[in-house]
Amino acid sequence: MVTIDIDGQKAQLEPGEPVLKGAQQLGIEIPTLCNSEWLEPYGVCRVCSVETIQGQRHRIVTACNYPASEGLVVRTQSERAVAARRMVLELLLARCSTVPVIQKLARKHGIEKSRFGEGTETCILCGLCVRMCSELVGAHALCFASRGADRVMTTPFGLERDANTCIGCGACVSVCPTGHITMEDLSQQSGGVPDSFLSPKSAISIPFLQAVPRSPWIDPEACIRMQTGGCGICSRVCEPAAIDFEQQAEEFEIEVGQILVATGHQLFNAAGMPQYGYGRFDDVITSLEFERMLNSTGPTGGKVLCKNGLPPRAVGIVHCVGSRDENHHRYCSRVCCMYALKFSHLVKERTKAQVYQFYIDMRAFGKGYEEFYSRVLNEGTTVIRGKVAEVVPERKHALNGRNGRLLMRCEDTLVGKFREIPVDMVVLCNAIEPGGSAALIANVFSLSRSPDGFFLERHPKLDPVGTMNDGMYIAGTCQGPKDIPDSVAQAQAAAARILATIAKGEVLIDPVRASINEDYCSGCRMCNSLCPYTAITFDSERAVSRVNEALCKGCGTCVAACPAGAISGSGFTDDQMFAELEAVLV
Amino acid sequence: MIGTAEQREVPEAIAGQDAASLWQPKIVAFLCNWCSYTGADLAGVSRIKWPPSVRGVRIMCTGRLDPTFVAAAFRAGADGVMVSGCHPGDCHYSHGNYKALRRVHLLKRLLHGFGIEPERLRLVWVSASEGDVWARVTQEMTETIRRIGPLKVLS
Repeated sequence: MVTIDIDGQKAQLEPGEPVLKGAQQLGIEIPTLCNSEWLEPYGVCRVCSVETIQGQRHRIVTACNYPASEGLVVRTQSERAVAARRMVLELLLARCSTVPVIQKLARKHGIEKSRFGEGTETCILCGLCVRMCSELVGAHALCFASRGADRVMTTPFGLERDANTCIGCGACVSVCPTGHITMEDLSQQSGGVPDSFLSPKSAISIPFLQAVPRSPWIDPEACIRMQTGGCGICSRVCEPAAIDFEQQAEEFEIEVGQILVATGHQLFNAAGMPQYGYGRFDDVITSLEFERMLNSTGPTGGKVLCKNGLPPRAVGIVHCVGSRDENHHRYCSRVCCMYALKFSHLVKERTKAQVYQFYIDMRAFGKGYEEFYSRVLNEGTTVIRGKVAEVVPERKHALNGRNGRLLMRCEDTLVGKFREIPVDMVVLCNAIEPGGSAALIANVFSLSRSPDGFFLERHPKLDPVGTMNDGMYIAGTCQGPKDIPDSVAQAQAAAARILATIAKGEVLIDPVRASINEDYCSGCRMCNSLCPYTAITFDSERAVSRVNEALCKGCGTCVAACPAGAISGSGFTDDQMFAELEAVLV
Repeated sequence: MIGTAEQREVPEAIAGQDAASLWQPKIVAFLCNWCSYTGADLAGVSRIKWPPSVRGVRIMCTGRLDPTFVAAAFRAGADGVMVSGCHPGDCHYSHGNYKALRRVHLLKRLLHGFGIEPERLRLVWVSASEGDVWARVTQEMTETIRRIGPLKVLS
């Protein structure tokens, strides 16, 4: 450690550390433009000029990269230092007279107007973007070219858009002090609606404001640190050091007595019904995307807006997309009719749009649901009973420069006519499907699935939360489509069952068990490997096999396999089976 | 027994014949408790009609099926035997149904040596939610046995 003197105060630094760091330690302010705590110092803007005194030698140096040495004396407000800084700022102002940050700095040093001109350049050639892109991001999409007065910051070959090198991370934008670099969201120009319909995200983000837990999530596909090893700024910024890129996945084995599977569902991919135009038309969206739009913390702040930013004049809501459909799912998804009515109600509340519901049946089955349906009808929603055949764009030119509308071609079965309804936005109520990993989960937990793919309950009426396996319960939409009150009811039911078992302190097991008659057992050990519960052990002293009655589940595989007939399965002994056969074939 | 007024499908074999003169095959079905027995129960609860010539015997798992049960069934007067269990991979006791698969395959070849037609022993997989499948396979088995006639080799 070396001690230096800055404006009369003492600072301790490692030898070679820049003087600026000492000033920051002491709280002495030195202005900077090209300096960033994430990047190596560059010393190119000269704004941080200070006077150093070593013995008899006085020098003007840049504080951001001048190395500390024992006994160095630094003066930040001496006549020479201030004059140097003022000259630098006046020259910068001459180049970039319209840039707010330069104007502010110059004004602080008493310069209102530069004697040397009033240029309109916005880049101050500080090199922060270049260094950020090379050092931290590693994309090398920006660099300096030419020298002297012609020096510019530029892209490879001067191309305005280079999709190959620039990875669109926005790091240069965040570090540029003058706003010379801006980000353009090109995704706005493509036809498709982004998958989650949210505003552009960074690689690390909190999914949405109401997320629980409210901790940021790093997208491994977008994160530069995880893809290339560079950057990693987030872990350096985090004060409690909560970001650890070295973390490896750990596996834990936890012994439990009961398991509740509540793995949820996924939504039908509306692109599977191409006639509705999802993915082709900007304003055809799914119910979940619309729900996100309605949320006050969503991308539009709760306003109902088309992709072009204008409120819709008419909204069409299509029921049963993928449900009640022989080509996709035959079952009804249960929740869509009610949330479609909710959408109607909210659209009417927030816009002046006409709302059309295209339904097959209106399933308002719960408490207060039918009353809500009447209310929505009275608010002026138009309900059309019939399936939508297709959604096509309107061909004629838009009025007032607005985009043409979407035509919803449908059959109105109650009127007996075909109709073509022009709307600005289409909301699809897509089906609730078993989650993508339902097959895998069923395999892991030995759960049966019903033909529609949802997990099978032990009894459709008398045991909707139990499964065939004792101690394993299911709840929520993994068992079948249902709304929030029903999910909560099932969850509470399953929890109560689990607690009841725990509270009892003992479990009743079936008396159906296998037992080995040790007199007959020859010790061949064929049964040992057959048992799926490894309930049969071998007593090597007596050379006989033995069944652990607590583990044995009574399947009877060993009973059938024993060549000596030494194992009997209580309740299903050979004699009992033969007697049953005689009786049933009378 | 079969000739109820609500019959929807009339198998060709009994068209034009009256119930009394019709020979009813005796088929024993060994049903695993967790999948097939429950599936057959579901067929009943759903009011799906299936032939009463198939008589079910419950075992906890098809892995319990001793080949001597099949032989005993034939000796006791069965014209056909069905074994029905959980689908492969879904066995309630993990892999008992695979044991049944192996035993039935071997048994069929053995029975052939005794002059018992292989169609008289059938292995099916019926899960707990497949009541309609149970009705279909029992219908198929009944028609098959009716076609090949009663078991003669042991009489």
